[in-house]
Amino acid sequence: MSADEARETDARGAFVLETRGLTKEFRGFTAVDDVNLQVQEGHIHALIGPNGAGKTTVFNLLTKFLPPTRGEILYRGKPITNMKSNEIARMGLVRSFQISAVFAHMTALENVRVALQRELGTSFHFWKSEKTLDHLNERALELLEEVGLREYADTLTVEMPYGRKRALEVATTLALDPIMMLLDEPTQGMGAEDVDRIVELIKRVSKGRTVLMVEHNLSVVSRLCDRITVLARGSVLAEGDYDSVSRNPLVREAYMGSDAAEEEEAQA
Amino acid sequence: MADSQSLSQTPSEAFSKTSAVLERQRRAKIRRNLFYLALVVVGLVAPFVAYPVFLMKVLCFALFASAFNLLLGYAGLLSFGHAAFLATGGYITGYLLASYPGLTPELGIIAGTLVATVVGVVFGVLSIRRQGIYFAMVTLALAQLVYFVYIQAPFTGGEDGLHGVPRGELFGFINLSNSLAMYYFVFAIFIFGFAVIQRTVHSPYGQVMKAIRENEPRAVSLGYNTDAYKLVAFVLSAALAGLAGSTKTVVFQLASLTDAHWHMSGEVILMTLLGGVGTLLGPITGAGIVVSLQHVLGQSPLGNWVSVILGIIFVVCVLSFRSGIIGELARMYNKNFK
Repeated sequence: MSADEARETDARGAFVLETRGLTKEFRGFTAVDDVNLQVQEGHIHALIGPNGAGKTTVFNLLTKFLPPTRGEILYRGKPITNMKSNEIARMGLVRSFQISAVFAHMTALENVRVALQRELGTSFHFWKSEKTLDHLNERALELLEEVGLREYADTLTVEMPYGRKRALEVATTLALDPIMMLLDEPTQGMGAEDVDRIVELIKRVSKGRTVLMVEHNLSVVSRLCDRITVLARGSVLAEGDYDSVSRNPLVREAYMGSDAAEEEEAQA
Repeated sequence: MADSQSLSQTPSEAFSKTSAVLERQRRAKIRRNLFYLALVVVGLVAPFVAYPVFLMKVLCFALFASAFNLLLGYAGLLSFGHAAFLATGGYITGYLLASYPGLTPELGIIAGTLVATVVGVVFGVLSIRRQGIYFAMVTLALAQLVYFVYIQAPFTGGEDGLHGVPRGELFGFINLSNSLAMYYFVFAIFIFGFAVIQRTVHSPYGQVMKAIRENEPRAVSLGYNTDAYKLVAFVLSAALAGLAGSTKTVVFQLASLTDAHWHMSGEVILMTLLGGVGTLLGPITGAGIVVSLQHVLGQSPLGNWVSVILGIIFVVCVLSFRSGIIGELARMYNKNFK
């Protein structure tokens, strides 16, 4: 099923992504424990929690990079629990990575074009010239323009500054025209200026899409997110909008002693 | 950024790249084509300067190393079992040409290549899901399996190998016992193999392959079934290695266990690393150097020390110039002339 078909055959259920009793055990250690997550269509939904709360594990479960021990994952009302990562990507559920995931020794343009070229159906054609991809350049440049990277088109990605790489990753993700984006710590390791730029970018590209993000930076969460789920020790501790979550005493307690607690103090 | 764009460009090109960048790429392309043309000319006159059988050996191993490099350099997969494909191509071609006198050599070579390709599919399916050293170990184990099959199987001549394979007449009318005719046939096969690799690297598939090598999880998250892409690279590499083995059998009129031995899998790694992994010319250079050394040392009093000397070269290469001879030259060129 292509992303377009997925869009059309949308059951218009309230939740784009839903988990039921999602559990992941690693040799007796329960990293994710009976998580029921519901992401509403059009929302920017944040997954937060102290270090080791299982956020990234949940992410890897949702995107099929890890198989769950128990539980179910529904995307647009359909179970995707037993699908492969590349299959759900084709259904419009596309993730980013904690460490910037770019193709370092390709130009920015080629990075985006690799995402665009899958739709052509010629990606196994080793006997064709790569010039047959040139007509995708225009679309690739539009996408680069959208994230402010037009002038980097012919630059090797490895030579780009860190913040720009994250922006390029967003452009590459957008190339797939995703219905839902899963962003793993999109502002991690960035200076204040880059953070602002990425926040604006996420705000802009999330129009008409649903976003689920793992984020440490609570100021980013408060500026962007419609709904927040707090994880602690693998299970859901609280859920709600920023104000209700940040006032929750359980949440405050869970954050005590971790780095994020200080950020939260600063925020409050 | 320059805003002057020549009229000859299509709108999309004009939109995509500045004329300066295009001009630079066009010049680089002309330079590259001239360079390849010069190499072809060298290849054409070489048999008048050097011993043709030696040159043919170099070309066969250059093709073998290039096939290996397609997998290691462009797909990032280290196979330790490529001897199996070289040997399979060689044995099948040798057996067919020796048993069926009416068969022309090009058909024998095609058959050998096809069987090597099938062996490549089997190896690939069994190994491609493993990563890194596990992948190398699975390919090594499978290649050892093939080695023992070739010791036992009746059609390979066991320890003795196949001897006296007739070169025959190419297309039924070009007598290959003439060493010049044989040389140009081998040269044509080499050019074909090299062109396949060159095109594969610069194809839509090559782009995806590069992306997978750079960051496999990201390629998966873009919707690519990366195992399938890696399998294609593996099978292509096996097929070209088989082609090299088949051709070699016709040249030397024999097929032996040496080609199936794991030493051969190691030797091709040495050739590729020495010349420069991930470069198109590296494996050719590496094969040329290793074959020349074996040739020269084999005739000298140091004959018994060939393996030791190659081993020392390998160590020096890994310790001091990891990107290989061509890799180092390319770096110096980029530093001083760009």
